Amino acid sequence: MTPYMLCMGTIWQREIVRFVRQRSRIIGAFGQPVLFWLLLGSGFGRNFRYAGGGGEGYLEYFYPGIIAMVVLFTAIFSTFAVVDDRKARFLQGVLAAPVPRSAIVLGQVMGGATLALLQGVLLLVATPLAGVPLTLEAALASVLVMGLIGFALTALGLLLAWRIESTQGFHSIMSLLLIPLWLLSGAVFPVSGAHPLIGLIMQVNPLTYGVAALRRTLYLSAPDAVANLPGLWISLIIMIAFGGVCFSLAVRTAEQSEG
Amino acid sequence: MSDVNPSTSPALEVQGVTHRYGSRVALKDVRFEVSEGEIFALLGPNGGGKTTLFRIITTLMPPTSGDARVFGHSVRDAPGAVRKKIGVVFQQPGLDPKLTVLENMIHHGRLHGMLGAPLRKAADALLAQFGLIDRKKDYVETLSGGLQRRVELAKALLPRPEILFLDEPSTGLDPGARIDFRNELKRLRNETNTTVVLTTHFIEEADHADRVGVIHEGDLVAIGAPDALKQEVGGEVLSIEAGDPESLRVKLEAMFSCEVRSVDGSLRAEMNNAHAAIPRIAEAFPGEVRSITLGKPTLEDVFINQTGKRFIDADADEPEARKS
Repeated sequence: MTPYMLCMGTIWQREIVRFVRQRSRIIGAFGQPVLFWLLLGSGFGRNFRYAGGGGEGYLEYFYPGIIAMVVLFTAIFSTFAVVDDRKARFLQGVLAAPVPRSAIVLGQVMGGATLALLQGVLLLVATPLAGVPLTLEAALASVLVMGLIGFALTALGLLLAWRIESTQGFHSIMSLLLIPLWLLSGAVFPVSGAHPLIGLIMQVNPLTYGVAALRRTLYLSAPDAVANLPGLWISLIIMIAFGGVCFSLAVRTAEQSEG
Repeated sequence: MSDVNPSTSPALEVQGVTHRYGSRVALKDVRFEVSEGEIFALLGPNGGGKTTLFRIITTLMPPTSGDARVFGHSVRDAPGAVRKKIGVVFQQPGLDPKLTVLENMIHHGRLHGMLGAPLRKAADALLAQFGLIDRKKDYVETLSGGLQRRVELAKALLPRPEILFLDEPSTGLDPGARIDFRNELKRLRNETNTTVVLTTHFIEEADHADRVGVIHEGDLVAIGAPDALKQEVGGEVLSIEAGDPESLRVKLEAMFSCEVRSVDGSLRAEMNNAHAAIPRIAEAFPGEVRSITLGKPTLEDVFINQTGKRFIDADADEPEARKS
């Protein structure tokens, strides 16, 4: 194994071990979105009609959005850990080791993406409750998309976290940037029917394409239900490009960091 | 300057390092060398620039100007090569509290390219050597500060560094643990010829080093073996408490034709036969002298001699320890 892989791997593993040992993180990243989904989804019930879509209720429409939220929250919690690591001076020791900064960031991103993916898989169990017609192929494809969204969002979070000194600072970034990013991604309401200005923001929001890709893979066996969303391939390409840009910027930030 | 042959280079060469935080100068053209196998202490009050220098020589940040070389490798141009040579013990232990002692060791070893059975064996050997083997499955957060410091040292030694950098290793340790830690460093040097560079604001810790560099307000004000530095101060040191120190100071300088310093209300004079001067002073100025103390010079006297300040008073918070 090359030193690069070894370093990336050990950081990846640590992210997962730490997550499992901190139960509050599991509750925060998984329990909260699921609760949102059940409360909001049942509350809106059948009052909500997805314009142009089938006869789905809000519980069903909101379901892929909640998967995206779980992925987002997991990514956010993973990047909190970086701020904590720096505060606890753990990061100093890593930075003084003979490893490229990109290997450190890659390990962190892979850790966040893995956790996001695993929690997304847990949510797939609720598919029948949501009424999504899931097939095996659809499930596998959606898991890959969850991993991709997880990668991009963790990279975005790290890009910010490597610059931010305190978790309080990160909290404001979270409420002002990351949560709106999710709100305006088609996760909560569709582009069609939104105010034109909001619709425009949604169309340039990269996460819109992540959520679209997720909807398209979940409804792989029933493409008519998601016919007016951006196409699967263009959505994937935009997400990969977004993830790549965030990752390289995060590496650059880490290279300039003094621990 | 071209890259020199690492095998003939000193373990550490600090070459005219200057560092500024905005307009504040933290280090001014600091230069010194440390030879292989030496235990070198950077002594100075907090806020004097030690931690800044530490962060520079451990490659965490580049100096504003100048360079430092570790076995010939520049921290500026080849930080990767420097990181392969060094082990670092930071002032705040860089351990993950949510991992066990052994997991922290394994993680660190992998960052240095070690893996599998050899890594586990090396980690176990070091944990045994530091009396930590019984605690290896405990989470680091359950360990006392002293034990965490020992894990930190064991961790730093895992990749067998050629030079070990320690930032204030005695801080937070009780006196017994301090002595143990110091003996551990000496044994390490004696057995493996590892070079040790440490920073400290404890005078008695610097006394145990082979050589000491005294740093004050960003300047390296003295450097040498502790005994040699003390000899430079003079044979013996007299401290005199007086009712009117300034007038007595003038009279003493006239009487002994040597320099008498006034340091925080007490007078200090370094002379070869200070003990013989005591009765003369007592007889000549009976009403003015409150007390006279005779002592061999200490590194504190070296500090006073160079800076005109007492060590403890020069102690300040260290705002440059971290840029936030």
